[in-house]
Amino acid sequence: MTSKPDEREKARDMTITVNNRTIDITEGETILTALRREGIHVPTLCNVEGLAPTGACRLCVVEVDGCPGLVPSCSMPVSDGMRIQTHSARAIEARRTIVELLLADHPDDCLYCPRNGSCQLQALAEELGIRQRRHDTPKTPCLLDTSSPSIVRDPAKCILCGKCVRVCEEIQDVAAIDFIGRGSQTRIGTAFDHGLNVSSCINCGQCILVCPTGALREQDSVDAVMNALRDPDKIVVAQHAPSISVTLGEAFGLKPGADVDGQMVAALRRMGFDRVFDTSFTADLTIMEEASELVHRISTGGTLPMMTSCSPGWIKFVEQHHPEFMANLSTCKSPQQMMGAIIKTWYAERHGIDPSRIYSVSIMPCTAKKFEAERPEMTHDGMPDIDAVLTTRELARMITMHGLDLRDMEPDTPDTPFGERSTAGKLFGATGGVMEAAVRTAYHLLTGEELAELKIDALRGLAGVRGGTVTIGDTQVNVAVATGLANARRLLEDIKSGRTDLHFVEVMTCPGGCIAGGGQPIGTDIDAVRARMKALYRIDARGGRRRTSHTNQQVKQLYTEFLGAPLGHRSHELLHTHYTERT
Amino acid sequence: MTTLNSHCCKLCRHSLDEPCPDRVECRMQGPLCHDSEECTQRIRAAVAVVRRENRTKPLVFVGAGTCGLGAGAGQTIAAIERELADRDIDTDVIRVGCVGLCSAEPLVEIALPGGPRVAFANVSADVVPRLLDETLAGHPPADLTLGQSRADGIEPVAGVPFLDEHPFFAPQTRWVLPNCGVIDPASIDEYIAGGGYRAFAETLRTRTPAEVCDTVIESGLRGRGGGGFPTGRKWHFALGAPSDRKYLVCNADEGDPGAFMDRAVIEGDPHRLLEGMAIAAYAIGARHAYIYIRAEYPLAIERLRIAIDQATEYGLLGFNILDSGFNLDIRIKTGAGAFVCGEETALIHSIEGKRGMPRPRPPYPATNGLFGKPTVINNVETLANVPGVLRNGAKWFASVGTDGSKGTKVFALSGKVARTGLVEVAMGTTVRQIVFDIGGGIPEGRTYKAVQIGGPSGGCIPEQHLDIDIDYDSLKTVGAMMGSGGLVVMDDKNCMVDVAKFFMGFIQRESCGKCIPCREGTRQMLQILESLTRPHRDETGDDALRRFQGVLNIERLARVIKDTSLCGLGQTAPNPVLSTLRYFRDEYEQHIYERTCPAGACTTLLRYRIDADKCRGCTVCARKCPTDAIMGAVRSPHYIVPEKCIGCGTCVDVCKFDAVIKE
Repeated sequence: MTSKPDEREKARDMTITVNNRTIDITEGETILTALRREGIHVPTLCNVEGLAPTGACRLCVVEVDGCPGLVPSCSMPVSDGMRIQTHSARAIEARRTIVELLLADHPDDCLYCPRNGSCQLQALAEELGIRQRRHDTPKTPCLLDTSSPSIVRDPAKCILCGKCVRVCEEIQDVAAIDFIGRGSQTRIGTAFDHGLNVSSCINCGQCILVCPTGALREQDSVDAVMNALRDPDKIVVAQHAPSISVTLGEAFGLKPGADVDGQMVAALRRMGFDRVFDTSFTADLTIMEEASELVHRISTGGTLPMMTSCSPGWIKFVEQHHPEFMANLSTCKSPQQMMGAIIKTWYAERHGIDPSRIYSVSIMPCTAKKFEAERPEMTHDGMPDIDAVLTTRELARMITMHGLDLRDMEPDTPDTPFGERSTAGKLFGATGGVMEAAVRTAYHLLTGEELAELKIDALRGLAGVRGGTVTIGDTQVNVAVATGLANARRLLEDIKSGRTDLHFVEVMTCPGGCIAGGGQPIGTDIDAVRARMKALYRIDARGGRRRTSHTNQQVKQLYTEFLGAPLGHRSHELLHTHYTERT
Repeated sequence: MTTLNSHCCKLCRHSLDEPCPDRVECRMQGPLCHDSEECTQRIRAAVAVVRRENRTKPLVFVGAGTCGLGAGAGQTIAAIERELADRDIDTDVIRVGCVGLCSAEPLVEIALPGGPRVAFANVSADVVPRLLDETLAGHPPADLTLGQSRADGIEPVAGVPFLDEHPFFAPQTRWVLPNCGVIDPASIDEYIAGGGYRAFAETLRTRTPAEVCDTVIESGLRGRGGGGFPTGRKWHFALGAPSDRKYLVCNADEGDPGAFMDRAVIEGDPHRLLEGMAIAAYAIGARHAYIYIRAEYPLAIERLRIAIDQATEYGLLGFNILDSGFNLDIRIKTGAGAFVCGEETALIHSIEGKRGMPRPRPPYPATNGLFGKPTVINNVETLANVPGVLRNGAKWFASVGTDGSKGTKVFALSGKVARTGLVEVAMGTTVRQIVFDIGGGIPEGRTYKAVQIGGPSGGCIPEQHLDIDIDYDSLKTVGAMMGSGGLVVMDDKNCMVDVAKFFMGFIQRESCGKCIPCREGTRQMLQILESLTRPHRDETGDDALRRFQGVLNIERLARVIKDTSLCGLGQTAPNPVLSTLRYFRDEYEQHIYERTCPAGACTTLLRYRIDADKCRGCTVCARKCPTDAIMGAVRSPHYIVPEKCIGCGTCVDVCKFDAVIKE
């Protein structure tokens, strides 16, 4: 303890000089970290917060006294007394040249690009005042990969920063893509250069979030939805996932975490959607089924730990890389697919609508949901349960296209009966939320009582793996939450090598959960994710008597009128599914 | 069969389970643990057999390295064995490595009983019968004879020059190569009989790792792979890095065009490398070592495998080596053919099973290398120097060379020079001595233009700098660098723009593609160079404009690539262009403004016409022209349609009347 003040004193003593200004540094940090803390901007294209620097783009180079070449600030650690020029003529010339070199082999079709306005290369060209086509040479011919239901790859726009490769490998442990070829023939590709659809890609779309250009983007379903809206024979039904209301606002300049639930409903109506439902309703339904399934597994000696099944990237990951855990996956469909199934059956029947006239659109934070909706298991009488999936980004584009601005909308309420939700269902949008909601309801199912403290701190936050023990009556239930598939894989490896204490595991494919999903607004950073998470917790805290899924009156009514009981025959037919090994 | 590993009697207890610390010395001068005249005689006899003393039959040595085999040594060996069998002569045919004089391959040495080894040059299979007839009869054919070796106690052959007085060998200082082409590389006994593994054995017995590092620091040995970092200091960093596991890696991923030093060392003397590695591993505290060698060197890999097996069998690798408590496991890892994997961090990734792409340093491999552990990566030649340093001492090593560069350097001499091959010279030797004394100057009466040193990262040395010393620092002053040892000599028929284009094309293809300046910058530089040699007829007005624009950009591009690239490959990529621009700017200008190539090497810039007075109208050129660019009736003068001509020069080659004029 006594040495600590000394150390702090020592740390305070260490300084570097940047652009003739002295700044304090901490030992071991990189130059870039120190510069950013001081608000000194140097551009980067390949830097990913939280991952080791690769030093690929060379845009962050600075001049350091005593070093012969320019030094990449992202990877060079500071040392006491270092003298740095971040914007010397030499550094600026280098950055401009690098951007000019990138532009030399980049298609100049910004006006047609989905990233027009949010492209980092475009922004850099502007920042550095590139006004001349210095290297006017033929572009490398490239083929577009549209094979995946979720993600489009446009290698012509790729600047090979390698962020997608690193996220796919290091965060998700999937490694569906990597660098192939050498020299100027280098490109990003899948194994054997096959289409993304037959690769090991799990469609999570995290690569899109980090892509600085338009080389990676979602499969766009806006036109398909617009066509349905225009068709007078179609009844177009929308459902929106729990996380959308706290992220959509960012696309309209609102702060991360601003809840635009009512405004979004109003916008959807204005665009012509005939019904607007809330996927949080089927999140509650999922909890009823899943909590019952968990109780059933525990009481009958079924396969444990049971693992959640709402995240379609995770499902493909298990089917592909860990089929030995397929029996652990809950057989519950995801909330999106449950909603899809009951809209075209019970709802259609109850309202006398021919289900073939229904065009069911889900609005999701997720690109993998597009893949999930196309799974052959997700059909009924030859009809898909969901007809189109829009990501948050696509919905924002559609709203803008209709001349609407969320900020000006008068809030509206969703349609009954699938507009009612508990705040437990809303929690599905953040990592740990499914688990928290399930524990609340499982407690009730087993004891007939309500948890004294509904907020379960051990399950909240952004740590990669969390967990704890919940005492329900006489039973100790051990639960774990993993977010990001590399973390999930570690948990699976633990279980494989003998960890037996767990009963229930929640896995969200994207780090942070759906609030950081691959379909969310571009520019998502950790602070935005935190703000969105807080917003969901705030909604839950203000939930009053609607904080548990089993208190959702419409869910109760659905069981009374149609489904019978959780895990019953109809549930089995409509709300549960099975998995296919993909090795 | 008795080997140096055989026990002299039951008193010798050495085994892999109970190793003897004096094993290596004992096998040469023993026995050391007991007195026995009988055992002394037995050991002496074994050494004499290995040294081929008291021979009763002739010996034939054939240079069978990759270079020898490429020149036809395989057929030569087959012919020798066939002819000897026909004559019913009992001999041993020994496949040795390359002695260095590649232009004289296939190279054969014959030693008659009691006589010295006499070397013969250019022994193709068809001259074998004559060579054997005359040599075995005691009259070595003078036209094939290269020279004889000196050996103690052996009477030289009269009238045959000594090999060490041959102009190729006389100026050399062979510290790394003394065994190459001399001993059987597949025999550990021959290496030990020549004093091999003694430095290692003594080191284990008498020196601490820190002392080894200090000796190497004191010797002034610097990395021979090109960078020239002081080897002992690198070891010292790794020795001081706390870790439960450390690695030594030998970089044998020799990829520079025209470089084959490492291959020759491994093929000719693999145990020297293993001994150097064993000492280095001991010095840094590594128990695991890798040799990263390119898969394109199958013979070298084979020789290494044999050598590692032998050294393990002799207890010189493996567990508790010579009862010192030191363990060492050496593994071979073959590279998949990427030039960039010679860069140390890319090499580490490649061994780890990842794509060979460099990463930023720091952290340096000495603290955070292979599998995240402290790792020393040394080049083959560096490690092959180590046994000599430890055996003869730091002072001995530092006695040769210049202030900043000690010892010797091996070069692969190739190109427009009379004698090509592998040469090892003392640091401080001039480039002129290498090219003109050792290499024998420029053949065919042409004139020297430049020598390209250091491969794609290096530069060229023109006439005015021929007297520059071979020295890490002085070479830099003329825009070149030591590099790993490629020396390509060029004469006045070589175009420097073409040379720059060749190296730029190489780098552009071999860039790993990771950092933008190297990947995109070298591509643009190559395109600019290509535009300089693009034929006028293929050029539009825009192209001409772009050519000038490119020329304006090239120096700025070169500067930024040098300044910002991630690894050494990129940082040095513009060197061939900068260096040729520095000394041969006029040649560039002629390409740019006159659209001509003064050396005549850029065929695309040549224009051809047919001299009507000389043309007989034989039609051969018209028939051979690949683009039907030559028109004319039989027996009347032909003419070339310039728009169709691609400048290939076929017409010049086929015309019997010298009627086609190149201009």
